[in-house]
Amino acid sequence: MSDETYLDLSDLTLAYGKTVAVDRLNLSIRKGELIALLGPSGCGKTTTMRAITGLLRPASGTITLDGADITHVPANRRHVGLVFQSYALFPHLTVFENVAFGLRLKKLPTAEINQRVEAGLAMVGLSKFHSRKPAELSGGQQQRVALARSLVMQPKVLLLDEPLSNLDARLRLEMRTELQRVQRESGVTMVFVTHDQNEALALADRIVVMKEGVIEQIGSPEDVYNRPQSRFVADFVGFENIFPVENGQIVTENGRLELSGAASVNAPGLAWRPNMVSLGNGRFEGEVLGAAFAGGSREYLLMSPLGPIKAEMDAAAPVFEPGSKVAFDLPPERAAVLERM
Amino acid sequence: MTSRLLSYVTLTLVLIFLLGPFVIIVAAALSGGETLAFPPQGLSFKWVMKVFEVESFRASFALSMFLAIFGTLAALVLGVPVAYAASRYRLPFGETIRTIVSAPIIVPGIIVGLALLRYLVIPLDVGVGVALFIAHTALILPYAVRVVSASLDNLRSDIEEAAVILGSTRVATFFRIVLPNIQSGILAAFILGFVTSFNQVPVSLFLSGPGVRTLPIDMIWYMEITYDPSVAALAALLAFLSISIVFLAERFLGFSRYV
Repeated sequence: MSDETYLDLSDLTLAYGKTVAVDRLNLSIRKGELIALLGPSGCGKTTTMRAITGLLRPASGTITLDGADITHVPANRRHVGLVFQSYALFPHLTVFENVAFGLRLKKLPTAEINQRVEAGLAMVGLSKFHSRKPAELSGGQQQRVALARSLVMQPKVLLLDEPLSNLDARLRLEMRTELQRVQRESGVTMVFVTHDQNEALALADRIVVMKEGVIEQIGSPEDVYNRPQSRFVADFVGFENIFPVENGQIVTENGRLELSGAASVNAPGLAWRPNMVSLGNGRFEGEVLGAAFAGGSREYLLMSPLGPIKAEMDAAAPVFEPGSKVAFDLPPERAAVLERM
Repeated sequence: MTSRLLSYVTLTLVLIFLLGPFVIIVAAALSGGETLAFPPQGLSFKWVMKVFEVESFRASFALSMFLAIFGTLAALVLGVPVAYAASRYRLPFGETIRTIVSAPIIVPGIIVGLALLRYLVIPLDVGVGVALFIAHTALILPYAVRVVSASLDNLRSDIEEAAVILGSTRVATFFRIVLPNIQSGILAAFILGFVTSFNQVPVSLFLSGPGVRTLPIDMIWYMEITYDPSVAALAALLAFLSISIVFLAERFLGFSRYV
């Protein structure tokens, strides 16, 4: 991985007719990086990806890849790969021919095509499936074919649209490892789109969180998970107790509350994960509305003067019954400090 | 119970109504008598054999075959791009285009035939054969568009994008990816077009000239002069031809999915 920008999106605005899907987006990606575009549906992540492939023309802005402005280069000459969410294999062609498709268009010598297709299929563990048709493969196998089909083209950037969302839980884990291995072995720059924070956290070198066509935060998985910068990102990565702060006081539904030690906090908001709430003692009191056993832990919903609070305790800790009163605290030193609400 | 009985009776009557004429024609074709009659007088294959000896039948059969094959091919060449454009792009006036394309189904054939005769053949001195070809092509076009559209709608459009990203041009994608995947739809459209053209009467009725007659028109003309059972024999042969084509198409293509 070098420090130089390899793929650069600059002031990119994307629109469908008059609806702006992505608004002046700026993003720099280094060679060999594995980037996740994370966000709920409609946030513009898939649109951004389509713009990188060239399937969508930007309304304004530029896309630079490997030193060349590709903003107006048509999709079939961009050297960008895309693994579709639906895999989009060619139903009338065998696995071998699917993978060979792009190479044949390049009019490479047959021997080289054969060798590259074999290598591609070997990389995804499908060497024995040459002559099958896509319909005869499982979803996971189809995805591997789609991956091999893109990889044999040796794209400068490989894009993946929701690569794990159509797989069942066990396959998802397997494919995740597989994608990391393929990325390590091929060294290809990868950008994948996902709505699943766990997927992004587990796979990416850097995560780009998007909301309504705008980037909310760019950071390492640790950054995004532990130090969300905005209310939206905090909420998205599981900080379920989020409060605005004004003049060192947290603002609740029932007025303002002094937060000891937080007086110095000069940020517009604070956020706590349920497991950051200390339960059993503290300055506040709430009534247990609901409790649920979640395997290793127990989740509580409290009604308090601060509004509803979600808390999580180790399963071995004392149990609080619904209806009982319980003391709790929101330790300011543990809170994530939000820069934007 | 009575309602059930009633439905059986209805069903039987419908079947008799649908199949009855066919039975009558086949029986009349195998008649040993000298005139077209039912019930047949005796049993004989002589009228079936005679069909192949009538010179005008041979000529009109050749013309009908030519129109059915090349008219359908022309309709496909025109219709496949229309179907593709309609299914993949949001066209301005898309609905209007669709309506115009299906107009030949809706407008009575007799009007189409008369219009072509009055405004193409007579003033422009276009040959009847050419007019017939145009008429049949136009008539088959709606079927071609509709059947091909159905199979295009079942084909995911993202595989075309996948091909483009792999380096294919849009045109090459159409030939390498789209066309192979809608083959059976095109074949179904061809068969439907062929049968429609071959059995077409009202349009062809106006577009006949000396020595230029499609087979059904020739049969009408023959019957007016010679009232013998060979017309019935020919009708029976044609019915068998149509049935076997559709039967084979259903067997190998699942024809009814497209129609």
